[in-house]
Amino acid sequence: MALEVNGKSFETDEEGYLANLNDWQPELADAMAEADGAELGENHWEVINFLRSYYEEYQIAPAVRVLTKAIGKKLGKDKGNSKYLYELFPYGPAKQACKYAGLPKPTGCV
Amino acid sequence: MAAAEFETPKIREYPIIPRLQEGVMAHSKPYVAKPDFQEKLGYPGELVDNWKEVAIEKMGELTGKYRSLQVFLDSCVKCGACTDKCHYYLGTSDPKNMPVARQDLFRKVYRRYYTLSGKLFPKLVGAEDLTEEVLDDWYSYFHQCSQCRRCSVYCPYGIDTAEISMAAREVMDAVGKGQKYCNEIIGKVHVIGNNLGLPEPALADTLEGLEEDVEEETGVQVRFPLDEKGAEVLLVTPSADFFAEPHIDGLIGYAKVFHQAGISWTLSSYASEAANFGMFIGSYENMQKLALRIRQAALDLGVKRIVFGECGHAWRVAYSFLNTLAGPFDFLDPDYPVPQHICEVTHGLIEQGKLTLDPSQNDDMVLTYHDSCNVARASRMGDRPGGQFEIPREVIRSVCNHYVDMPSYSIGEGTYCCGGGGGLLTDDLIELRVKGALPRMEALKNVVDDYGVTHMAAMCAICKSQFSKVFPYYDFQMDQVVSVHQLVGNAIVLQPEEENRSEADQSEEAQDQAEAA
Repeated sequence: MALEVNGKSFETDEEGYLANLNDWQPELADAMAEADGAELGENHWEVINFLRSYYEEYQIAPAVRVLTKAIGKKLGKDKGNSKYLYELFPYGPAKQACKYAGLPKPTGCV
Repeated sequence: MAAAEFETPKIREYPIIPRLQEGVMAHSKPYVAKPDFQEKLGYPGELVDNWKEVAIEKMGELTGKYRSLQVFLDSCVKCGACTDKCHYYLGTSDPKNMPVARQDLFRKVYRRYYTLSGKLFPKLVGAEDLTEEVLDDWYSYFHQCSQCRRCSVYCPYGIDTAEISMAAREVMDAVGKGQKYCNEIIGKVHVIGNNLGLPEPALADTLEGLEEDVEEETGVQVRFPLDEKGAEVLLVTPSADFFAEPHIDGLIGYAKVFHQAGISWTLSSYASEAANFGMFIGSYENMQKLALRIRQAALDLGVKRIVFGECGHAWRVAYSFLNTLAGPFDFLDPDYPVPQHICEVTHGLIEQGKLTLDPSQNDDMVLTYHDSCNVARASRMGDRPGGQFEIPREVIRSVCNHYVDMPSYSIGEGTYCCGGGGGLLTDDLIELRVKGALPRMEALKNVVDDYGVTHMAAMCAICKSQFSKVFPYYDFQMDQVVSVHQLVGNAIVLQPEEENRSEADQSEEAQDQAEAA
């Protein structure tokens, strides 16, 4: 599978996750969101940017709790919970947000 | 990630055997493993040219190696007792999800090549050639069995469809048609140590964060030790406990239990996974390789006990096979079971009065408990039959004031699978997962309506993730599933460090005195 953005084609896996982490650019996240019928706002980007920087350091997406804590610090305590993250990413913050951020899908019993 | 196109079954008051809808789930297939994932596990990257010969030979190897498999294939008398026992049949209406029909997909090929009557008169004995169509059916329907063993409870011969599914998956792996979800995961454990692919620094960071959280919440420093040599207990838990909710709340519960009991413990970054997906694909070699990591970690860290966290099939592998796969464990303390389940640990401590509990901390919930299939039907706990049903319930009742069981046909030995077990907990099988959850959802709805149940506790990482995902399809909230040790953690009354230590010392002294007397 592939995703077309700005006239360029990017390889993705069967589930639409980017095949090559280094291919990522913000426009790709917008395109993925659009395909899901969503639009990315400022708070979505806070999550996506945090995921990317965490991944850069640890080569893995953060645990849901690590993510909620970080978002709580950035956007206010009332938003530092998974309920809010599910409002932003209804298919699940771990999976949907990772996809937009160009990270591999978390695997396992999650 | 478009919304899945299928209809969520309607909840009825009790399970009703559905009218057959032939082939209605034939389309349900998980993604095939990429060559890279296959080869890492020692399988061909893609379907080999002579796949028929390879498959038939493998089938013979397996029936020769596993006596049980051949007995299961030979002994079915088509009595029909299993037909309405599978949650996937009840939820999908597809007749090939009747356990006997699922077995027959494999059995008919076995008969054709390995029985005299099948070789001579295939049509008379329901024997069939292995064709592409048959392989296709295998791939579809052996990935619609969660290996939960419910059907085997009702089979007068005890035929275990789970073992047939495992064998079929192993044959498919051998010809190069493996399943992406399981095989990618097993490959990760071989390299990194856990299903998630969570490297040591990320694990350390996550645990550090948990220490901060618990201290902030309770004012007490509860440790989450990693790779600490000389600890008494090595805790092996599913990596979902580090990552997902409500799993992580269970992990906090384990830590509080160890803390209050004064038991030194550690996690291992090398064996940072309890789950053993090698079982799902029927691969003894992979299962053993994964189990040996636990042995190695126990030796390296010099622990005296191995305790398993909340994970269903991990406990099956641990309880039933660990000694065969990775034993002998003669270097561990013989006074404790090898391995021990965290519920056994907590239960024992509660009985000895070593935990200070305030059940009213869980008064905002009315609870019920989902018996995980692999714990219920493939293992035990404690030293008496049925301990695997009683011990978790006794733990829950000790930490909660409001508890109600679901209808008797749906719990204990007859428990329904959550719908996501056996290597099916993947988004590409979401229709199957939602439909297969129907019988459990009906039983839950029953106690929600009649007794005001608000939450269901579970003791398996797969069950917890599966329920969080499928609850909303049935108008429940995703956070209505909780970890058993989350409830324990809520109820434990932590005392400031010093007080706690002096109490432990006192009880030790009292014990010494008693022994001396």
